[in-house]
Parts: sequence; structure tokens; C-alpha cells
Amino acid sequence: MSIVTVQLGQCGNQIGFEVFDALYTDSHCPQGLCSKRENEAYQASCKERFFSEEENGVPVARAVLVDMEPKVTSQTLSKATQSGRWKYGQHSCFCQKQGSGNNWAYGYSVHGPRHEESIMNLIQKEVEKCDSLSGFFIIMSMAGGTGSGLGAFVTQNLQDQYSNSLKMNQIIWPYGTGEVIVQNYNSILTLSHLYRSSDALLVHENDALHKICAKLMNIKQISFSDINQVLAHQLGSVFQPTYSVEGSCHYRRNPLGIDWQVRPPLPGLPTLGKASLNRGLHFNMSIANLVILRGKDVHSADLGGFKDSALYTSWLEPINAFNAWKTHRAFSKYEKSAALVSNSQFLLKPLDTIVGKAWNMFASKAYIHQYTKFGMEEEDFLDSFTLLEQVVASYCNL
Amino acid sequence: MAQSVVVQVGQCGNQIGCCFWDLALREHAAVNQKGIYDEAISSFFRNVDTRVVGDGGSISKGKICSLKARAILIDMEEGVVNEILQGPLRDVFDSKQLITDISGSGNNWAVGYKVFGSLYQEQILEKLRKSAEHCDCLQCFFIIHSMGGGTGSGLGTFLLKLLEDEFPEVYRFVTSVYPSGEDDVITSPYNSILAMKELNEHADCVLPIDNQSLFDIISKIDLMVNSGKLGTTIKPKSLVTSSAEAVKKWHQRPFDAMNNIVANLLLNLTSSARFEGSLNMDLNEISMNLVPFPQLHYLVSSLTPLYTLADVNIPTRRLDQMFSDAFSKDHQLIRADPKHSLYLACALMVRGNVQVSDLRRNIERLKPSLQFVSWNQEGWKTSLCSVPPVGHSHSLLALANNTCVKPTFMELKERFMRLYKKKAHLHHYLQIEGMEESGFMEAVSSLSGLIEEYNQLDATKSMPVEDFPRLSIAV
Repeated sequence: MSIVTVQLGQCGNQIGFEVFDALYTDSHCPQGLCSKRENEAYQASCKERFFSEEENGVPVARAVLVDMEPKVTSQTLSKATQSGRWKYGQHSCFCQKQGSGNNWAYGYSVHGPRHEESIMNLIQKEVEKCDSLSGFFIIMSMAGGTGSGLGAFVTQNLQDQYSNSLKMNQIIWPYGTGEVIVQNYNSILTLSHLYRSSDALLVHENDALHKICAKLMNIKQISFSDINQVLAHQLGSVFQPTYSVEGSCHYRRNPLGIDWQVRPPLPGLPTLGKASLNRGLHFNMSIANLVILRGKDVHSADLGGFKDSALYTSWLEPINAFNAWKTHRAFSKYEKSAALVSNSQFLLKPLDTIVGKAWNMFASKAYIHQYTKFGMEEEDFLDSFTLLEQVVASYCNL
Repeated sequence: MAQSVVVQVGQCGNQIGCCFWDLALREHAAVNQKGIYDEAISSFFRNVDTRVVGDGGSISKGKICSLKARAILIDMEEGVVNEILQGPLRDVFDSKQLITDISGSGNNWAVGYKVFGSLYQEQILEKLRKSAEHCDCLQCFFIIHSMGGGTGSGLGTFLLKLLEDEFPEVYRFVTSVYPSGEDDVITSPYNSILAMKELNEHADCVLPIDNQSLFDIISKIDLMVNSGKLGTTIKPKSLVTSSAEAVKKWHQRPFDAMNNIVANLLLNLTSSARFEGSLNMDLNEISMNLVPFPQLHYLVSSLTPLYTLADVNIPTRRLDQMFSDAFSKDHQLIRADPKHSLYLACALMVRGNVQVSDLRRNIERLKPSLQFVSWNQEGWKTSLCSVPPVGHSHSLLALANNTCVKPTFMELKERFMRLYKKKAHLHHYLQIEGMEESGFMEAVSSLSGLIEEYNQLDATKSMPVEDFPRLSIAV
């Protein structure tokens, strides 16, 4: 089953390149720490998901590159081609001349409708190359204009056109202390729109990635390239093939197949009584946790700590909320590696902060004229705020 | 990639413009070693086959044949434009893109705006349309002029309304040189205030500059060049003034060195749009991020470093010094002290070997000493362009929307009132058809309104930052 990736804007395209590079490099890694047959199955599975075959044997990424100005996409395309190992499709790129000016309204209301047909056609072509489509992976930032605004528009279109396929958006949360002054507006508009059309939002914060580079990897002068590579490494360890739970030797077929959306119980039902091992420690409440283990001794790893009911909200039993995928094949030469994907209150504080800042700015009416210029109204902002306050409240009540 | 057209008006505008084109050519020559006409060059230059007569000569790709600046030169006297056309840059300008007259505007805004405006309106429109036709995607007009004279001030601002009507979707960035206190043109306050009204109403973004600040910066550089301190040899091509020669001669021709600083400002402003980098910033992002309310579009700029010392090792401390300098009042291009006033928004445009961690470290370091308006506490816009300016390994352009512009405007108003109370020289203006005293009153009122906006913002400086109550949701 294949995933079609849509890379939007400077951020989306820069990250997209690193992700495909990490996926390719890992799948062609000779030291898989497993049998040759297993390694070959892994490679084949990875290839089917992310690459299609070109005539002269160079794999072509299953990706569509979109940007409203040409510098980044042309760089991305040439970097891939020059590597000689994999590349992007010759006609997989859509770009314009002028950029979105960090303006969500411009990306959503002007670029979106104007280029809808061309972009959706490109995506369609990529989908047709897949034997069976498992879903879409959309990489975008929230702070700018193209990734955020056009990204929201494209996701909506994907929802309409491919309602049976999963759509997962990789969104980049900007640095807290400003990369773009209107980033809070762009963020709340993006999030509120994606909530209505995306199936899952996978979030990475620049601040967190930056800390990893500084504290864990000890890099002195951190560049966006470093940050993007950390991100790509994390995504690779989640999306590379894994065994299905039954323990058979086939790799799990649907890489996006987790029940990402969980609904709280209807009011009136009794909450389940819990006995917890770790009273007194305050955890961010989780709705769902997925642990992915790769490498040596995966089957003997002790995952008891993840099953502690203190981690989970009162209306969920850990057994329903926790999943583990295990694979012998090592990732990226690491003898043992683990990845955790979590749907929890972890993002509550950053979300609340962004909503608060955007609200303060909105109350002063600052920058609103830049958005209303392109057809947006104050109503649209209010709708977004309302939706996100509901999300904040829901997570708060876990 | 999008293109920009430069419209240089009056003596000041054309002299600065000339420096700009010279620097732009040098920058592209340094970056583009193979002589291929690429997207970056096309933002400011056309590629023309000069053997073809008439308009058909444009070449869009391949080797560079002959570069023509996307510029329109306007002056109501011939001296300056003629000098340019006889100088080393003569082949860069398209001879059809000039509008000149002989008599000049007599340092009278009304002559520039009303008389020459109506006289040359059709011609100006024709040249503008021609320039636009030569562009794939025209994004921005850069207007360069001075405020204190007659042509740059009057005709230069007449142009703004024309541009707004004819090309409403194209940005209008204006670089305006404001008269300093000791300006020798007596009527400069009148001209400036009349021009300010037009800037308030029809410009997207204004970068005010004043000659005194440029002069002070040159003096500082001169001191460094001639100080002979141990270890302070300056790298030859690294001066913001573009050469040590310019600095040495500056006592006779101070404006050359000063104009180069403004030219550098324009180059650095557009560098992230032209060249690649890990965090690009296009021209339309400048307005989007730095103009929170339509009237408050005046941006104070500062450029660092002003020169690079010859020793090759650039430790982090030097880099951090560059960031600190950008906020010091000595580096601002108008008389202003942003550190002690209120920031509405700030952009840091970095070029060269600087990474995101350097940016973050410096923002965190400097933020505590700066005051930002309550609704924009993290009001930073940043960009990283990989290509440094010629002769430097890195550089920084800071653009601030800050209430520190207020004193400049208040002084201008005071100088105006001193003249106006006595009705001095007013008849020169009122005798021009279409000019009435009400015009003056409207202009002052427009400026007063602007000053009041800044006053209200300043009043919030000492107030504690309170969050607005959030929406409460029933879950």
C-alpha cells in the first residue's frame, strides 16, 4: 500500500527532501541486523510505500511538490537528482512566481482556487501510479502563507475527492519567539480548518527539535538542515515498515493504520475505576499511545510502564489505548531504537499559548486588514477561535 | 520569481539610484560567475540583444547579452541624468525610459506635483506600462526620492497615486530622504509635509532616511579607516560605502559615500527574495509582517556591519556584536533610538553564514532590553539568506516599526509651523493653479493624526500587559 506525499511551501519542501532521503538511506542500509530475506522484504515494502520505479532503476519519490515561488522547489529537485540515489518525478512540481506573503488568506482564498485544478491533477497522476493507495501525507508549516493557507485548502480538497483515504498532516509548530509576526493568526486559521478535514495531525515543534539538536546532539551552530534531519529521522522510524500485530512475517500493510480518532464516552456512563501504580505523579493524560520498537531484543522489551493506567484518561482502559509494533530489522544502523507517537495533553500548553496570543492580537485588531483584503472576515477568525477553544477544553477535561 | 521596477525621481533619487545599480551589478557579477541570465538577475535587470532594433530584443534565458536596468529615471533638470548617461553606467539604462525637463522645480512641491505632474502624466504612465510589460510577474515598485526639494518631493509623490490607480496589486516601497535640521532649502518643511500626506495615503511602506545620520555613519567609518589601530586593517572591498576610495574622497563628495549606504539598504532588503536561503523572505512579507495598521507603515532601518575587519576568524562574539549594533542608535539611518521607544514589529534580515541558532540566541539575548507593544510581544520576523554581500561574510538589516519615528515627524511639524505662522514663502505655492491654503491645512492634519497614533501607542508603554479575557466555551 502506498502513501502519496504532498510537500507545501518552503518548510514542507525542505523537510520532504530530508524525509525521503532518510527513508531511502535506511532501507538501503546493509546492516539490518536481521536475515537477508527479512531485509529484502523490508526494502520492498518501503519501496512500495514511498517510491515508484523509474526506467533506469532510480527510484522516484511518490511526492508532489507545491510552492508559490520557485527558489525552494528547484533547489529540492536538484538536490535529489544530484544525489544519484533517488529523485523526484520530472513533472511532479507545481510552482508560481510570487509567494503567499506569509498571508494565510492569500494562500487559502487566492492561490487555492486559482491553482486548484493544476494541483489536484498532479496529485491524481501520482495516485494513479499506486497499486493501492493507503493515504496522503501532507507536510506543511503553520506559520507562513503557502504551507498553512494553501495546505488547508488542499487538505480540504483531498477530503472531498478521496474521502476513503487517510489524510495525515505533518505540521510544523513555529518557534515560540517569533519567526513570522503573524504566525499565531496563521496557526489558528490552519488548525481550525484542518480539524474539519484531516484525519490526523502529527505535530513537531521547532523549539523541541532545536532542543534536541542543542542538548542531546550537542550541535553548536544549529541550522534548519540539522533540525529537518532530526525530524526526518523521527518520521522514518515511525513510517518504515513494521510487522502486523499477529506476529506474522508480513509487514503491516497500512502504515497509517491506527485508530487516530477517539471519541470520549457519552455523558452518563460510569467512569471505570482505576488502580494505579504511580500515585502522586502528574502525567499528561493520553488518549492513545503507540510505541514502535526496532532492532535487537524487541520481543523481550518491557513495555509495562506504558500500560500504567495513570497515563490514561479515566474513561479508557490502557489495553484499548496502547499499541506496540515490533520489528527485528534495525532502523538507520541503530542497534535498538524506539519511537513513541502519542495523542495526549502534551500539546495542550503550546496550543493554549498560541490561541491566547492570537486572541490578544485579534482584540487589538492588529494586522486584520491584511487578511480582510483577500476576502476573509472577522467572523472567520471568530469561528476558528471558537473551534480551538473547544479543542483546548476537550483536552483539558481528560 | 517576481520582478521589481525602480523609479528614481529628482536629483537625490537619481544619485542614490545610480549607486544602487552600480552595487547591484557588482553583487550579481560576484554571485553569478558563469554569466547566465538567471531568475535572480531578472528581478532587477532585463537581458537584451542590442543588435535588435526596437522592442523585440528581450532574451529570457541563456547567456547574458546586455543587461538593462528595470528603471525609470525622472528629473525636471537635465544635469544629473545627463551625468549618469555619460558615466560608466550609461549602457545599463534604457534611453527610452527617461523623462527630463530643463527648468527644474525650483524647490517647490507644487511645481513638481501640480505643474509637472499634469504635464508628464501620460508619458510617465506610458513608461510604467512599458516596464510592466517587460516583466513576467511584477511585484514591487521602488521609489527613491527626497522630501525637501521640488521634483523628488512633488513629482515623486504624484507618482504614488498614479501607481496605486494603475497597478493596484503591485507594492509601493518608498525610500524617502528627509531634510535634516540644517537643510539649506528654506521651504523644505513645506515640501516635506505636503509630500508626507501623499506617503500616508498612497505608499505601502516607507523607509525614511536622513542625511545627518548618514553623515554621522560615514564619519565613524572614516575614523576607523584612519585610526591606524593595531589589528584594525579593514578588508578592502568590505565597506558599506563600497570602497576606501569613496571614504577618502568623502570630504569633497560626501554624498557618494552616503548614497552607497542607502543603496546597500535596498540590496539587502531584496536579497532574500532574489537569492536562496534556509528561511526566505519575499517582499510581500515585509508589508504583511511589519504593517499592523495601514497608516503605520514607516520603518526605521539599520545596517550592520559597516565594515569587516581583515582577520579571518570570526568568533561568535563578533556575530553577536553585529546583532547588538543593529539596535544601537548610531546605526540607524534616521535620528532615532528604537531601544528607548516602543516596538510594534521588528524584522531581522540576515545574510551569509549565519544559522537559525545564532538568530535565536541573539533574539533571546536582546529581547529583555527592548519594549514591544502588548499585543505583539514576540513580534519578530526573521529571514536567512545564504548569499552574503560582496566583501562581507555576513550582514544584518534590521527594519523596525517603532514609535521612535515620532520625533522626526514632530520636528518636521514644528519647522513647518514656524514658517507657516508667518506665511513665509507661501505665495510661491499658492500662485500655482490647484494649490490652496486648505491643501496645507489638510497636510498638517494628516501628519498630526499620524503623530497622535504614535502618541497613543507610546502611552501604553508603561501599562502592565494584560491578557484579554478568552472566549468561554460550554463543553
